[in-house]
Amino acid sequence: MAVPAKNIDATEAMIAAYPRPNDSAKWASDARARALATLRQNGAPLKRDEYWKFTDPARLLAPTPSAETLDTGETPVFDTVGKLLIVFVDGIYRPDLSDDLTMTGVEIETLAAAMSKDIHWASDIFGVLEANGQTPVSRPIAALNTALAVEGVVIRVSGAAPKPIALRYLRARDNADVMVRHVIKLEKGTDLTLLENGAAAARFNSTLEVDIADGATFHHVRAQGRDHGRLAATYMFARLGQESRLKSFTLTVNGALTRNEAVIELTGDDAFATVSGASAGDGAFHHDDTIFITHNALNCESRQVFKKVLRNKATGVFQGKILVPAHAQKTDGYQIAQGLLLEDDCTFLAKPELEIYADDVVCSHGSTCGGVDETALFYLTSRGVPKAAAQDMLVLAFMDESIQEIEDSALADIIRARLGGWMERRRG
Amino acid sequence: MLNIKNLKASLEEEDKQILKGIDLDVGPGQVHAIMGPNGSGKSTLSYVLSGKGGYIVDGGSATLDGADLLDMEPEERAAAGLFLAFQYPVEIPGVGNMTFLRTALNAQRKARGEAELNAAEFLKLVRAEAKELKIDADMLKRPVNVGFSGGEKKRNEILQMAVLQPKMCILDETDSGLDVDAMKLVAEGVNAMRDGKRAFLVITHYQRLLDHIKPDVVHIMADGRIVKTGGPELALEVENNGYADLLNEVA
Repeated sequence: MAVPAKNIDATEAMIAAYPRPNDSAKWASDARARALATLRQNGAPLKRDEYWKFTDPARLLAPTPSAETLDTGETPVFDTVGKLLIVFVDGIYRPDLSDDLTMTGVEIETLAAAMSKDIHWASDIFGVLEANGQTPVSRPIAALNTALAVEGVVIRVSGAAPKPIALRYLRARDNADVMVRHVIKLEKGTDLTLLENGAAAARFNSTLEVDIADGATFHHVRAQGRDHGRLAATYMFARLGQESRLKSFTLTVNGALTRNEAVIELTGDDAFATVSGASAGDGAFHHDDTIFITHNALNCESRQVFKKVLRNKATGVFQGKILVPAHAQKTDGYQIAQGLLLEDDCTFLAKPELEIYADDVVCSHGSTCGGVDETALFYLTSRGVPKAAAQDMLVLAFMDESIQEIEDSALADIIRARLGGWMERRRG
Repeated sequence: MLNIKNLKASLEEEDKQILKGIDLDVGPGQVHAIMGPNGSGKSTLSYVLSGKGGYIVDGGSATLDGADLLDMEPEERAAAGLFLAFQYPVEIPGVGNMTFLRTALNAQRKARGEAELNAAEFLKLVRAEAKELKIDADMLKRPVNVGFSGGEKKRNEILQMAVLQPKMCILDETDSGLDVDAMKLVAEGVNAMRDGKRAFLVITHYQRLLDHIKPDVVHIMADGRIVKTGGPELALEVENNGYADLLNEVA
């Protein structure tokens, strides 16, 4: 397909915004060249593209505006969790602020180090899962990441990881324009919990590729940056083997624009994937979850659970797709996206898509949008709970279905506390 | 205690007056029952008194120990000592029973300038009351009314009442949907709270609840008004002859 002429400039501007990496390994530069070609072929995203019609990509592509760093006075999100901490400041790995990158059963190295090695296991994943995820829907911002990202970590889990790995993104500059790329491989039967949090950048492009081998389990819990003006586009490309499990949850409060995409392929029988999120926005807040799950094996289960609470002209978007080819019998697909509008001037846009060719499947989807349940609010206030507190209780209750998707109850409670803190500050 | 004078109220969304001039005085320690056919306005009276949205007060007054109820938010009415046991207790997924009740109790105490209860004190209080009402610990851990049977929901209402210790309790068809044993349990819970000061307004269709919660005064309500007031014998008359005879007699 030819690139629309007016799009060439935007595409080249995307590429020109970042320095060209200088990888020494051939596999790495080949992957980058392929991604660059893909990007040039598909062009920068346009608002008229089917998957961008609810979220204007122009804001993500424009020169990075400054975004003030928000000081909530809270400690970093996963501070209390035992973890191996890896810190990035303005997107640059900081060994001086990070833990030693050694852990039993796990190999951790920087992206730059991995990509300078001739033979590396990551060559089977880096740019491969992303390339796979470019059809049938192109994802130019992820291709840009493959082509140009130099910072990030590469993790191989071969045994039982004794504790979670936490990626923390700090900011030093108000106009930091940051790209990170992580590649994770879970070998057969292994487990890993990955945590991500932090302000990250004024503009953040984060892409994660994760290959989950047979019987392995990947837990992912993320709390995105809360700076009001920040922009973020994130991608998770996941490939799941037989009887493997993926559980990914994202909390988003604040941020001017967030686009979180997850592209998941269930390639082994009896695999399970859940991707969920809770987002809360007040004012200039636009939050977009775009999910594409392909069932490519027998008897797999997938869940999408998204909750958004919106006030004061905030906008929430959900685009969720389940693709079930004819051979993926016994698929169980579930999808729910709900918007809670605390004021009438908010917008919630949902586009569920189920494309099913197999005949023996269970797929259900639901989407609702509404205000706080007045009957429940009256019940709580009639017992003496002040209206604002009662409303907060109902908002937390509304969000909880997505938070319950987090398997570790301590992590779930941390997320609940963050959300509660946000509501308390909103109340003033 | 509760003094209602010529209270008139309409539905907000349609131009329809439901309460057409209610006069009612419930003194300290008294139990008043309100009976009446469907659509007579019994539940509306309970909602208007407790401050549910969707109603417009067209006239009259309602005071609790002299304080103007109609001028207060629902949570202020609760703090002032009013309690409504709902006909249909609301299920609230995601809100824990205990969290809810503790928040409610402490908010009320705070509003009244009393010290808040800490978690241990609260737990002790609830456990003692729950035991009386045969509510097991599992029920308390669940979200508010979610997965409760009809009887469990009503017992949970009485538990909340026992913990919150209101001055004035309104029971809106608390007997509906209860079997005989559950009704006895609920009635015992209510009777245990009768202390000579606390007052009750019991709204019911049937006389049977009044076998267990003995009223001092029985009112018959029809078409938004109290049309007849008497002693417990009035409830028996309704039970034996139905409302039709009674209403004909009044008319």
